[in-house]
Amino acid sequence: MTTIYLDNNATTQVASEVLEAMLPYFYELYGNPSSMHFFGGQVGRKIRQAREQVAALINAEPDEIIFTSCGTESDNTAIRSALATNLGKRHIVISRVEHPAIHALGAHLVKEGYRVTELPVDSDGRINLDQFARSLTSETAIASLMWANNETGVIFPVEEAAAIARNKGVLFHTDAVQAVGKIPIDMKKNAIDMLALSGHKLHAPKGVGALYVRRGTRFSPFLIGGHQEKGRRGGTENTASLIGLGVACELAARNMEKENTHVKYLRDKLENALLTRIPNSRVNGDRVNRLPNTSNISFEFVEGEAILLMINELGICASSGSACTSGSLQPSHVLRAMGVSFTFAHGSIRLSLSVYNTEQEIDFVIEKFPVIIERLRGLSPYWGVGDAVCATMET
Amino acid sequence: MWEYSDKVMEHFLHPKNVGVVENPDGEAIVGSLACGDALRLTFKVDEQGRIVDARFKTFGCASAIAAASALTEMIKGMSVDEAAKLTNQDIADFLGGLPKEKIHCSVMGREALEKAIANYRGIPTAGVEEKIICECFGVTENEIERVVRENDLKTVEEVTNYTKAGGGCGGCHEAIEEIIARVRAEARPEKARPQLTNLQKIRKIEETIEREIRPQLQQDGGDLELIDVVGNKVLVATRGACAVCQMAHLTLKDFVQAKLRELVWPELEVEEVAK
Repeated sequence: MTTIYLDNNATTQVASEVLEAMLPYFYELYGNPSSMHFFGGQVGRKIRQAREQVAALINAEPDEIIFTSCGTESDNTAIRSALATNLGKRHIVISRVEHPAIHALGAHLVKEGYRVTELPVDSDGRINLDQFARSLTSETAIASLMWANNETGVIFPVEEAAAIARNKGVLFHTDAVQAVGKIPIDMKKNAIDMLALSGHKLHAPKGVGALYVRRGTRFSPFLIGGHQEKGRRGGTENTASLIGLGVACELAARNMEKENTHVKYLRDKLENALLTRIPNSRVNGDRVNRLPNTSNISFEFVEGEAILLMINELGICASSGSACTSGSLQPSHVLRAMGVSFTFAHGSIRLSLSVYNTEQEIDFVIEKFPVIIERLRGLSPYWGVGDAVCATMET
Repeated sequence: MWEYSDKVMEHFLHPKNVGVVENPDGEAIVGSLACGDALRLTFKVDEQGRIVDARFKTFGCASAIAAASALTEMIKGMSVDEAAKLTNQDIADFLGGLPKEKIHCSVMGREALEKAIANYRGIPTAGVEEKIICECFGVTENEIERVVRENDLKTVEEVTNYTKAGGGCGGCHEAIEEIIARVRAEARPEKARPQLTNLQKIRKIEETIEREIRPQLQQDGGDLELIDVVGNKVLVATRGACAVCQMAHLTLKDFVQAKLRELVWPELEVEEVAK
């Protein structure tokens, strides 16, 4: 059975070019980039190159890039730094649909005595910029909005939000883990102060990320230790992974067009076919301002985990926002924030593509998916023959 | 990914007895769309009171479907009285176990069966007057009491795994804790302690000092000697380093007295006497 991987917002395959570039640094070129000798120095030079490659993808300066271990570390570093450099300000603004790296941190900060405003979203997962502007006060240390949502792919107007924040003298951070590499980002043309990215979402390995910090932004390190990353992040460099991240960023820049044409075409084909062939289905989130690779579709009266395990039997990998897949008993916080009804929220599936998916794979999914939904609806007490017996049997 | 047993996957991928029995003798539906799972169970009973056919319809995850399929397989051929004795644990066992977060799927099966049997017997199921504890998932006090009692549950988390109660906003955690405490107190009435004679008391205290207390004190160069026992008063004298230690008073109360209360009898009072 071949694997059809449609879960690229969870993680991606390491690109062969990336792996190839990394391999020597596990074995022959194992030097410490901080060493004085040539053997470590050559690794240091390679990391400098990686930093330039990462910077280039988002049109930043190399010295604005701090390498980290993951997106979560980058997010935590950004927020903690803003709080540490603005000691009098004890308020932050985030959205209700942030990734746990921000969302759970917000909940944690509440326990530490900070005030956290969680901005709501509308039924399409969009934020209201006026409301955002009103939420910023003289007490606000930082505002953090994700560039693109990991579950729905919905893109927030972060550049406009950053401009508003700057006008009010508030730092602005964005969790751009899902956006970097999928849509063009130009840090010279916006007022974003900090930006988090993660390697394994763009065909680099897991365990490496980066934090962009705009020149002139006051910064307080999260990991205190050696002089690595100019004292902004202690700890011996994960050399092979940093080099891999650099190559992955260069590759992403080259694939950006394909991502927004080929990948988008496949996503739209898949999404439209499923909506047409499967009654009582809908797309969750703004279909216009959205990542080109992501589709979050709900199928009424069936449960997401059951769908995932059925398609798993066919080698198709995806995710769900249903309660049962998380063990949390509640459907995804993103879908709940959007007010998606329970009948749809429990049956949500996230399909996220990459440049490595083929049309053949998509056609296979289009062929198999409706059969599976029909099979599960055949088991469902809420589904009559051919059409919905509405939730009258609800106890 | 959940670690489902082969049996769960088999019943999920190839469920048995899907559908609705025509003109059922017993039927029930439990759960709801909001909760994320629901089960409709119908069965047919012959003249001897045996379940000859049972069918289900489930909205829910793999283990909810598997639990319902297993339930119908289990009750077919049973008398209604036998079926009434099935527990959620029986369903979980039949499936080769369930992940702990999924035990509520087996509980849902048992609830549906119970309701369907009540329906068959013409017993009206208790409804509106039942006290709801968990508003998010509509779980009643009775249901929580029952799983705590039957499965010897000790924590809110366990109750959530069994019934979903407390898995939403978390507002009912205190109420669930109270139910657990109450049910567990009922389950284990304090056994009346046999009255110890003075001689037994002394022997037990000596034993406890020797085994539990002295080795600890001696590590710090101290020691302890039992002088006398008068009613609830245990009179001791400190020796070695304890005799000159400023902290000896605390050691006596926090350590020696606590240990003796735990292991000998709970009302005793340790007092230090000179010599």
